[in-house]
Amino acid sequence: MRLRTLAAGVATLALALTACGDSETDLGGGGGTTDSDAYEVVADPSFAAGSTMARLSDAGSIKIGVKFDQPGIGNKNPSTGKPEGFDIEIGKIVAGQLGIAADKIEFVETVSKNREPYIETGKVDMVIASYSITDKRKQIVSFAGPYYVTGQDLLIRKEAASEITGPDSLAGKTVCSVTGSTPLAKIEEDYPQAKTEAYGTYTECVDRLETKSVDAVTTDGSILLGYAAGNPEELQVVGKPFSTEKYGIGLKKDDTAFRGFINDSLQKAYDNGDWKKAFDATLGKGGSEAGEPPALEKY
Amino acid sequence: MSSVLYDAPGPRARRRMLIFSVLGTAVVALLVLFAVLRLKENGVFSARQWEPFTDPGIQRLLFKALWATVKAALVAIALALVLGVLLAAGRLSDHAWVRTPATMFIEFFRAVPLVLLILFLFLGFSDELAFIGRIFGSSGQGAFGPLVVGLMLYNGSVLAEVFRSGVAAVPRGQAEAAYALGMRKNQVMRMILVPQATRIMLPAIVSQCVVALKDTALGFIISYEELLRQGRLIYTNFGNIVPTLFVIAAIYIIMCMALSGLASYLERRLRQRGSRVVALDPAAEMGGGGSAVGEPAELVR
Amino acid sequence: MDVLIDNLPALLRGFRETVELSAIAALVALVLGTLLAAIRVSPVPTLRWAGTFYVNTIRNTPLTLVYAFMAFAVPRLDFQVGPFRAAVLALGLYTAAFICEAIRSGVNAVPVGQAEAARALGLTFTGTLRHVVLAQAFRSVIPPLGSIFIALVKNSAIAEFFAVPEATKVFDDLVRDNPDALYWLFAGVALGYVILVLLISAVFRFLETRLVVLR
Repeated sequence: MRLRTLAAGVATLALALTACGDSETDLGGGGGTTDSDAYEVVADPSFAAGSTMARLSDAGSIKIGVKFDQPGIGNKNPSTGKPEGFDIEIGKIVAGQLGIAADKIEFVETVSKNREPYIETGKVDMVIASYSITDKRKQIVSFAGPYYVTGQDLLIRKEAASEITGPDSLAGKTVCSVTGSTPLAKIEEDYPQAKTEAYGTYTECVDRLETKSVDAVTTDGSILLGYAAGNPEELQVVGKPFSTEKYGIGLKKDDTAFRGFINDSLQKAYDNGDWKKAFDATLGKGGSEAGEPPALEKY
Repeated sequence: MSSVLYDAPGPRARRRMLIFSVLGTAVVALLVLFAVLRLKENGVFSARQWEPFTDPGIQRLLFKALWATVKAALVAIALALVLGVLLAAGRLSDHAWVRTPATMFIEFFRAVPLVLLILFLFLGFSDELAFIGRIFGSSGQGAFGPLVVGLMLYNGSVLAEVFRSGVAAVPRGQAEAAYALGMRKNQVMRMILVPQATRIMLPAIVSQCVVALKDTALGFIISYEELLRQGRLIYTNFGNIVPTLFVIAAIYIIMCMALSGLASYLERRLRQRGSRVVALDPAAEMGGGGSAVGEPAELVR
Repeated sequence: MDVLIDNLPALLRGFRETVELSAIAALVALVLGTLLAAIRVSPVPTLRWAGTFYVNTIRNTPLTLVYAFMAFAVPRLDFQVGPFRAAVLALGLYTAAFICEAIRSGVNAVPVGQAEAARALGLTFTGTLRHVVLAQAFRSVIPPLGSIFIALVKNSAIAEFFAVPEATKVFDDLVRDNPDALYWLFAGVALGYVILVLLISAVFRFLETRLVVLR
């Protein structure tokens, strides 16, 4: 089995370096990160008194809920203990606009179960955790963005490419996804002829796929592309998305000013190339193209 | 060497044993060889799969995880000992209104799977139990409290039965003599039975520590940052599930074997002195939900 | 309460899976455990060591890891195992070590004089084993076997994390959809396990009394 990321080479190099005792070398993995001064940190920004922005800016720190187990998106680098990924970079961009430097951000792990409660109770100031914008969630929290759009897709073994051409050809096949995830629910509801298997992480599913124990892995295409890039000889993504997932930034419901501010920050990052920079340093490492940033939904 | 099954072997039996010995070794060796070759063929032993473990950062992560595992086990066992004493006292009480609830408590927590219990505590009480994590400097998402409390409830219930058997294992004459001297029940317990019982059940208590240590692995389901959970962090980044499992298994096996060794050393020493010993029955050692309703810990000799 | 009634079919399906998984695993464990016990009391040193090594390794490994090995390492031996079979293997292989110990201590508990007397009477090895040693050992093995099977049922709950839709998994899924009904769901599922445990207890108590009469 091969390393699933381009970081293999980096890892080898890193090991050569760490032999000298430097332990802070980036082992890479699926993460990917940028230097601490990659994005603009606005010096002394001013905001309307009493706004969330003013509060955070004055405090000089911010708590952002992210994922810790999704290489490329939001992932805790096991070697350095630092979070890495596209979501993390977006967090740094927004924080920079509040005048908060990257090292003043406190990244908190949020899992699917506790994202809404964490926002409601203020345990985090915002959530950037491959958090799809849905109408149901909009009733509980507000969303800025989307800052990325992807769709549910299938990762398969190359030799099965003629057999599995999309979700409709899954009858009798076993599809693997993460326990309690939306992609899993979608397969179970819309394609009941497919058998399903669920584990705690996609890595476990991909491992089962490589050993031919399951026939496909399903989740957002962005995540699958990373795994395919890690083992290009054996795995490939079908490439026919059958849903639209818009990743948004979750914040307290009806904090319109804060939402507007985040949207403005994102727009700025779209325009000055920071968004692309963030993508290339993380998800783009798997070989996928950044493309055009998605249009913001300023509802 | 004579055992219940066979006498000391004669020349023919020895020859036969040699043949079986060679055959047995061959079969075992072939099985191991087969497994190793297959795993090798499938890239499990490739350098790239194992390289992450030479990185100091990863090693530090594993050490931290090891400490988290040990800490959870230590705190859980300490709490379980206290709970166990209370429950055992309850079960040995002369008053039915104390005895019955204690018995029901023990039976319930020995009947419910530990996974279910920990999951329930995590989903329903992580905020209420967060203070335990704060006391022991392990705030990690409030998973420490539910894990430790789950382990405490289960191990405490098992230990209560161990304590009860321990007290019952003290020769009856001891208590009778004490009563004859005019001691009250409280005194007999405190001054005669408990000190002697403690020695008798020490091996069982140490064995229960092994069980608790093994069961901390259930913490991974509620994302407590113990060995298995951090192992997952490693393999989601390097796609090396099997090597990671090997490393973590090795750590667990070394730790638990050391403790098990201590338990059997204590047991041997007690036996040599001709003392009785309370041993855990095999089911209690299985962990994750332990031994049967109403089956007390096994009393050896 | 309504949650339990509304989802009764799902819960029952979960418990059926629990029972099936446990029953098959118990069978595997019993066969393998007996074999292991035979190996561990055999006069052949290598086999004995292999048996001891197996038992000591398994006893000091968390069951969750054994499950993980079955789900992820066994496929790397080119054996494709579905989640159910992987769980059966994990539970069976794990429990076998404890069954082996129960049987072994049962055999060792038979006084040496019994076997010596049998041999003095001219009984063969198998004869001694069947009519004298195992006949007596079997009876003392029954109660620990009962507790082991109960522990096995409870340990089957870990299969939840390895894609087996058993009772604890159903609990987990239902809680995700009905977070407010956590207490009721826990009470219901816990009750299910308590009933299973009591049933096994009753069966083994019955067996025990029957065997006492037979003696």
